[in-house]
Amino acid sequence: MSTPSTATESAGASAAAQRPETGTARVKRGMAEQLKGGVIMDVVTPEQAKIAEDSGAVAVMALERVPADIRKDGGVARMSDPDMIEGIIEAVSIPVMAKSRIGHLVEAQVLQALGVDYIDESEVLTPADEVNHSDKFAFTTPFVCGATNLGEALRRIAEGAAMIRSKGEAGTGNVVEAVRHMRQIKNEIGKLTVLDDNELYAAAKELRAPFELVKEVSVAGKLPVVLFSAGGVATPADAALMRQLGAEGVFVGSGIFKSGDPAKRAAAIVKATTFYDDPKIVADASRGLGEAMVGINCDTLPETERYASRGW
Amino acid sequence: MTVTAPTIGVLALQGDVREHLAALRASGADPVQVRRPEELAAVDGLVIPGGESTTISKLAVTFGLMEPLRERVSRGMPAYGSCAGMIMLADKILDPRSGQETVGGIDMIVRRNAFGRQNESFEAAVDMPAVPGGPVEGVFIRAPWVESTGAAAETLASYDGHPVAVRQRHLLATAFHPELTGDQRVHALFTEMVRSAH
Repeated sequence: MSTPSTATESAGASAAAQRPETGTARVKRGMAEQLKGGVIMDVVTPEQAKIAEDSGAVAVMALERVPADIRKDGGVARMSDPDMIEGIIEAVSIPVMAKSRIGHLVEAQVLQALGVDYIDESEVLTPADEVNHSDKFAFTTPFVCGATNLGEALRRIAEGAAMIRSKGEAGTGNVVEAVRHMRQIKNEIGKLTVLDDNELYAAAKELRAPFELVKEVSVAGKLPVVLFSAGGVATPADAALMRQLGAEGVFVGSGIFKSGDPAKRAAAIVKATTFYDDPKIVADASRGLGEAMVGINCDTLPETERYASRGW
Repeated sequence: MTVTAPTIGVLALQGDVREHLAALRASGADPVQVRRPEELAAVDGLVIPGGESTTISKLAVTFGLMEPLRERVSRGMPAYGSCAGMIMLADKILDPRSGQETVGGIDMIVRRNAFGRQNESFEAAVDMPAVPGGPVEGVFIRAPWVESTGAAAETLASYDGHPVAVRQRHLLATAFHPELTGDQRVHALFTEMVRSAH
């Protein structure tokens, strides 16, 4: 692995002799732009990471337990073992993401030191700070954060997040919360686009988000960073649904490796994510996949077991 | 220069498709998404976007696009690839994943993720005399570089001693992402290549 040198011998006085800049907003947000239209898969071993890569995943999320097992096992869920993360980095050539607890600066620093390509400051792990999220500008590694609504998304972007995923309810295999959060975010973006400048100040106050970001969303009609969906996607049709609702790609957690035939299901979800607007292809992708993960009815989840309410 | 806008496709299997569509539109082309063989047949030129080269390659094979892509490129359809797209247009990958295929067309060997992982991703000014108006803003994200080129491939720009922009007749490739910068000069160069190929 080579890093760009700070001085090019051949370039002489040319502009190319300028010092390269790492960790810029364009490089961090641009990385997420490259993932669009793709599927990011939770994996817990190098073998699973290879299956994900061979199935067409654009990236993998390295973690110790998938959310369904975190739910089952209980206890405090933390950053994964560095050996496990490094094993996964070694096993695949696609980007590797990993999760830190909300507000756990040191877990994030460790993940950056390990060379992961994206850090997910995630509500799926047990929060380390119930007031503050990490200052994501302090890192070279870009961050993705979850959000249930536009205000939450913009607060994370204001802290330096370079990518947003709607939270959904991880580890349930139930897409209902993912739909709720994506609809909420898109609906609130749509409302901003028809407000004039006078109204945008009040909107920013209500959203509890910086005015500049609110204004930017109002003009662009979209978030300034890539928006994916997460939390409950279990089938090709779920993935295609989230894309039709406005997700630029999907995270699939427990849905793949808690199913009967992970390789086949993973490839099927990839196909349905690319051709989300072609029901014939989604139908073909949905055939003969074996057992989906069992799933949990979100109505029966006690408030304390709802991960989406973590983060503020 | 003709007044009609050439129809330029963007391979839309995965990646930063929207940014390429916008840059092409600003360059005077009529951009369309391409995901199916019949859509490919209708374009005058094609952009292969940035994204994950393993994913794009796999989906191109799965959905029957790889052979039509090779055929059109070999018959002279202009094509431009950025980052993953550069890998797709290379005749050879130094370090391919097992089974990773390319469209090929440019006589060069590329090294994937040659500049490093995301923490090493960077931006820097790149001298590219083929586009007028001074250096271009090079945004390099887990970028490849060109390890070596054959006689037919012309290096248009290098960074840190490695070719990062290459042209071979109707084919153009950059290791960096002009589509992320708002500077449309590279897309204008490609749009002109498509126009003159007509």
